[in-house]
Amino acid sequence: MNSSALIHAVIDGVLTGSVYALMATGLTLIFGVMDIINVAQGIFVILGAYLSYALSVHWGIDPFVGLVITIPTLFLVGIVVERAFIGRLKGPEKTAMSILVTYAISLVFEGSLNMIFSVNYVQIQASYVNQSFRIFGVYFAYIYVYGFILAAVLLGALYVMLYRTRFGASIRASLADQTAAALVGIDVKRVSTICFGIGIAITAPGGMIFGATNTFNASTSYDLISRLLTIIVLGGMGSLGGALLAGILMVTLEDIVGVIWSPIWSTISFFLVLVIVLSVRPQGLFGKRSARIA
Amino acid sequence: MLRLRNLWWVAALAVALLVPQILTNPAYRNIAVLTLIFTACTTSWNMFSGYSGYVALGAGAFYGTGAYTMALLSKHLNVPGNGNMFWLVPVGGLAAVLVAIPVGLIALRVRRHTFVVITIAIFFVFQLSAINANFTGGTGGFTLPYIPWMIQDYQLPFYYVALAILVFAIALSASVRRSRFGLQLLAIRDDEDRALGLGVKVFPVKLTGFAMSAFTIGMCGALYAMLQGQIYPQFVFDPIFDISIALMAFFGGFGTLLGPIIGGLVLESSQQYLTVTYSNGSLYLILFGVLFLLVVLFMPQGIVVFTREWWAKRQDRLASTGEVASVQGGNS
Repeated sequence: MNSSALIHAVIDGVLTGSVYALMATGLTLIFGVMDIINVAQGIFVILGAYLSYALSVHWGIDPFVGLVITIPTLFLVGIVVERAFIGRLKGPEKTAMSILVTYAISLVFEGSLNMIFSVNYVQIQASYVNQSFRIFGVYFAYIYVYGFILAAVLLGALYVMLYRTRFGASIRASLADQTAAALVGIDVKRVSTICFGIGIAITAPGGMIFGATNTFNASTSYDLISRLLTIIVLGGMGSLGGALLAGILMVTLEDIVGVIWSPIWSTISFFLVLVIVLSVRPQGLFGKRSARIA
Repeated sequence: MLRLRNLWWVAALAVALLVPQILTNPAYRNIAVLTLIFTACTTSWNMFSGYSGYVALGAGAFYGTGAYTMALLSKHLNVPGNGNMFWLVPVGGLAAVLVAIPVGLIALRVRRHTFVVITIAIFFVFQLSAINANFTGGTGGFTLPYIPWMIQDYQLPFYYVALAILVFAIALSASVRRSRFGLQLLAIRDDEDRALGLGVKVFPVKLTGFAMSAFTIGMCGALYAMLQGQIYPQFVFDPIFDISIALMAFFGGFGTLLGPIIGGLVLESSQQYLTVTYSNGSLYLILFGVLFLLVVLFMPQGIVVFTREWWAKRQDRLASTGEVASVQGGNS
């Protein structure tokens, strides 16, 4: 093992981890506000990737420019899905039902994407996808750096929205206690719908970067969603900062294991860490003890 | 009343025994075997997850453990390819129990939502280990001893063994439901903290239920491996298996005895039929997804509870023309 490979693994891990953190933030936001585990998040990432792919192949639109179209599109998809299905769930088994409902939704999208784009693996192409530059003897792939910047900007925007606007305050109130939020006059249902929209809209940039750095087809969503769920549970479900840190931490760790041990076992380490952490801290790294248990 | 209900079960069993005599096409018999296997898994899954409310999405880990136990033992014990391989089916179940105990010790420490995700994570640990370890044959999978039975009647013994497993699963689920242990599981589902306060030894109860449900699922995996004659990590450790059996249970009626049976019989047979008839898997995914969404939106408690309530309402309407008969729907 040489140290430059290790440095590289850490840098790549932080850069790609930030994109995972972005996607996971949407998932944890939806869970925190609505008590919904959105298993369809994986297929929405793939949908975002395919949209960017189609725009660049058919109209030659640069994937980053295409975000102007794909983000609002996925926001609308999220609103429609929430209004049609998710918002109707209630009762004691709501969270369990949400897993199955969003899974059914993702099956419908998976089948449709398979029919439209076939099951062949594709990758988003752009002039900078396979190029890199060198600083202090370390190579940086442009797409990873761009992805990192995009994720950082969007996470920053999300932070400003959540902590500096009135609407953000109502989201945070709903995160903390839905009943109390409703009592002080917050329209929790409207907040939920918009949150779901935002959570899904985030998958557009996430999917674009994912699709430019990996080959994908519709069934790649299974691998994605299991990683995203692992990240948000590790961070503590409903904790935005936890999702951010856990995302970067886990992907970096996976890369490091891949370098010093073997790429074969790196994916397992991802899930093993979760199992080990949860046996010590059942609430996750940043989750509040006994919060949202019943 | 009780006697009438027993009669229904006997009649259902008689029909099940006759099915392979009527279905002589091997392709359809294969569908029948797979349907029984999935129904047994769903019933068994529901016996823990449905009664306790702990939705586990990692049952595939036990299914795969059973399948690999069958494959590895038949190879290393040099079992010839004949009916004696069926003796390894309960061994597969036991192996799944042995695996379920440590898994349960870790996973059952957390509650509800986190439990769901940790079972998924543990499942992937199993799947990736099967792909990467040396003794499992890796992605290339494993070939089991060849069974030289006539193609025409190849599925017949499998059908009756699968039926026996299903009967076992239903009997176990029914007796758990009536027992003190079953009531403790139901109490955990309703309010775990209160159950704990009332003196239910919550953790051992959960662990026992979890391990018990793994037994049948492991047996089904072993039988499946023997039926296929060849296994791959992705097919026996299949994430779609995990979610399919949960879907079937919710479709029929989560936490009821009858629901998972109906859900398994209807959904698995129609899924297999559609895959055999139309090779277009994508269309099937869409149909399946839409069907499930419709059931959840219009009958959120599953078809069994929905039908039962509809029937009770109908009876009420009929009765209300005469005397006032108000029957509270307190049935399970």
